[in-house]
Amino acid sequence: MNNKVLNNRAWLLVLPMLVLVAFSAIIPLMTVVNYSVQDVLGPNARFFTGTEWFHSILNDASLRNAFVRQILFSLTILAIQVPLGIGIALIMPKRGWQASAVLILITLPLLIPWNVVGSIWQIFTRGDIGLMGWGLRELGINYNITRNAGDAWATIILMDVWHWTPLVAMLCYSGLRSIPEAYYQAARIDRASKWAIFRYIQLPKLTNVLVIAVLLRFMHSFMIYAEPFVLTGGGPGSSTTFLSQSLATMAIGQQDLGPSAAFSIIYFLVILLVSWVFYTTIMHMQKDKNPHGGA
Amino acid sequence: MAEITLKGLAHSYSKSPSSHSDYAIRQMDHVWHQGGAYALLGPSGCGKSTLLNIISGLLEPSEGDVLFDGHRVNELPPEERNIAQVFQFPVIYDTMTVYDNLAFPLRNMNTPEYKVDPKVREIADILDLTPLLSRKAKNLTADEKQKVSMGRGLVRDDVSAILFDEPLTVIDPQLKWKLRRKLKEIHERFNITMIYVTHDQLEASTFADKIAVMYDGQVVQFGTPRELFEKPAHTFVGYFIGSPGMNFMSVSHQAGKVMFGELPLPVNEAVSRSVAAAGSSNIKLGIRPEFITVSQTPEANSVPIEVVNLQDLGTYSLLSFTLNGQLFKARLPEGHAPVGDAAHAVFSDQHIALYVDEYLVEIGHE
Amino acid sequence: MYRLDNAQQGEKYNTIFSRTTPAQRRKRNARSRLRSRFLLGLYLFLMILPIYWLINMSLQTNSEILGSMTLWPQNLTFDNYIGIFTNSSWYMGYVNSMLYVALNMLITICVALPAAYAFSRYRFIGDKHLFFWLLTNLMAPPAVFLLPYFQLYYSVGLFDTHIAVALAHCLFNIPLAIWILEGFMSSVPKEIDETAYIDGYSFPRFFIKIFIPMIRSGIGVTLFFLFMFSWVELLLARTLTATDAQPIGMIMTRTSTASGIDWGTLAAAGVLTIVPGILVVYFVRNHIAKGFALGRT
Repeated sequence: MNNKVLNNRAWLLVLPMLVLVAFSAIIPLMTVVNYSVQDVLGPNARFFTGTEWFHSILNDASLRNAFVRQILFSLTILAIQVPLGIGIALIMPKRGWQASAVLILITLPLLIPWNVVGSIWQIFTRGDIGLMGWGLRELGINYNITRNAGDAWATIILMDVWHWTPLVAMLCYSGLRSIPEAYYQAARIDRASKWAIFRYIQLPKLTNVLVIAVLLRFMHSFMIYAEPFVLTGGGPGSSTTFLSQSLATMAIGQQDLGPSAAFSIIYFLVILLVSWVFYTTIMHMQKDKNPHGGA
Repeated sequence: MAEITLKGLAHSYSKSPSSHSDYAIRQMDHVWHQGGAYALLGPSGCGKSTLLNIISGLLEPSEGDVLFDGHRVNELPPEERNIAQVFQFPVIYDTMTVYDNLAFPLRNMNTPEYKVDPKVREIADILDLTPLLSRKAKNLTADEKQKVSMGRGLVRDDVSAILFDEPLTVIDPQLKWKLRRKLKEIHERFNITMIYVTHDQLEASTFADKIAVMYDGQVVQFGTPRELFEKPAHTFVGYFIGSPGMNFMSVSHQAGKVMFGELPLPVNEAVSRSVAAAGSSNIKLGIRPEFITVSQTPEANSVPIEVVNLQDLGTYSLLSFTLNGQLFKARLPEGHAPVGDAAHAVFSDQHIALYVDEYLVEIGHE
Repeated sequence: MYRLDNAQQGEKYNTIFSRTTPAQRRKRNARSRLRSRFLLGLYLFLMILPIYWLINMSLQTNSEILGSMTLWPQNLTFDNYIGIFTNSSWYMGYVNSMLYVALNMLITICVALPAAYAFSRYRFIGDKHLFFWLLTNLMAPPAVFLLPYFQLYYSVGLFDTHIAVALAHCLFNIPLAIWILEGFMSSVPKEIDETAYIDGYSFPRFFIKIFIPMIRSGIGVTLFFLFMFSWVELLLARTLTATDAQPIGMIMTRTSTASGIDWGTLAAAGVLTIVPGILVVYFVRNHIAKGFALGRT
């Protein structure tokens, strides 16, 4: 990595990209910051409010609940999707037409528009016309996602597992494919058990992709919006209302510019902070393991 | 301890091999004796890695048997064959320390720790790995890693053979000889059968007592380095061993003379008789570059040659010349190089070898 | 005298090898293989089930859907699909979605290619910070940008155009593309560039004629990811459009009216949103495994 040439004209190559991203990231972000410290009453009536909006957001009980729910949700789906994804990657065929076929099938849920994912599960879980809802009812289970918060939660988790486990599986699968055959051969000669092969050969090779997987899954699950919005609408009550939906309601529905801007900033910072902490911790751990390694 | 016998062995990667070329290994018989240091030498693609993998059990041969001490082990997987294998690229368990790497095969066999520890330390000591024992294997240099993977084979008491698949490919040149010496040392100390696959004749001859030269899916000669040089059993061995390799002339017998194309060769009676008796259209005479002498003026039994190029290589010089339109190489001692474009060459009669259908045929010299 | 006599030796091998016979082992291997096949099959079956149900419903009339439970269509009907394909307000939703996705892919790849090249080949002032800042954009919740986007695009007169959505999706797609492409480009040896410059290639000619063909598969995979994230996003697309550029996802909400939900049409529209994804993944199926490692395993 250190053999790159110092050349400041490279900025010219980066410039078009920079202009575009700046247009879609910096200007809107500045607007948000601007709103977050003002009270906008009309086109010509705004007052500087300082940190008032931030205080009120941080003290808002319903938002705090949404935040707790959000954390709970992200942790739950990570705890399910990461092991499940690894497991699926391990049993996926490595070559031949089956490999291609399984790849295409597994990727399928990732390519469905998020609101359609919501619709699919809405249909699937309805007691009258959905296979799952109907099936559970036939089995005598009182299942109703519009009434029972527990059912709604379980369904949303199930939906997210269905939707996103393929991403973890695909990442792990590509990681596994990069392990040279000689490693498996050496392990056989060393009489390693299947578990030992997994623990000492496969898992270490998967760390890199798993870091990416956990980061991506954390980020996306923390921003989840369309799927639960379509499936449960955040209900029953507000039991499945997550942060993005609270924000959308506040900004678009109620037009509370100031508070929603303050909320936006806190929201963004939380994601940045968690991702950064996670990333530096992992990198730090790898450095500890590798005191002599110049990458 | 094991003697490894290959009986009628053949292997093809295709399910229903029909022609010769479908086979990676063609019908062969071979015995590796207990305690020998062997090299398996050949160009890439000759089937030597396939053969190694069959011996270690990573591949099941499609025909014939692999016998360990007379017992058929064809279907036995590598983990039950008591062999160790060192691969081209060092295979180590990144997350473990060197100590744990060495202990790994023992722990996999549920060896109690009080037995593991002395064994690991003993092997580490032999391989000069003791100062590294507590280091993570990931941070070792390539040669250290290769030593660790070798050590994993040595810790097991039951290992009867160690197979090496071009183990020095990724090692720095100046460390290669050190590691090769280590191998020698281990071989002498443990009396283990070692089979060393390589495409480098120097590596093979410094390591092995006997070398099996493989060509096109078969072992074409099995002998000491000296035998391979002096009596190549196959034209390929002549060409592959020695630098540069043997010169070959396609000859025929016409009107009592040995003809190299249009040119009658001044060879002695014995050679001439053998060529006449060969009874094949594929007859070649081989002569090593070391056994060609060149002079400025015609001598007895000399042939006129055209000098193409002369390379001074210090203690000797390498002469390229053409005879009858074919390129030859001669290795001349210092001060024996000809001047000018035309010269005369003598092929030493005792060192002319006769090949019929690519295989060596003894000439009744003297 | 290391050599044991034959009987002894036989015994020795028997004790070593007797743990399993070849037949037993083969059986065990076959069984473990069968087990993983079964588990994989089960997963795929459960995964397909909701999609199957969608397809099943799309081929039924509303009266059949709402009537008794049927596991497959009893009266196969394509009316739902015909309805979508003959109604311009419906199929224009697909056209709109595909238009902005294609526009976004085009814009993104055009600006990301040179930028990724710069990151993979050169050091320049602020390069690390710039790269990190780019990645933070991947972490920005779209919901945060809803309102500012709406106002921004409204004020520059781009509201309800395809280009507005395409530009908005650049927020996360450009960083993603640069990230993936940089990985692929770094695996191309630098010597290639240097040789080309020595041979007298100018930078643009080298880039288009030599470099881009070399990372073809990387570009394919990148386009796949761009398609994926632009096609599935709805929140921004919905907010920035009203009628002229409305995505299919928004039009689907029309199926729920005062008189109830038109399940058949909703299902058919849903099925049709899956089709482009299948086509795209089919094209990159051979590179996708490497692609998911983002070019850097």
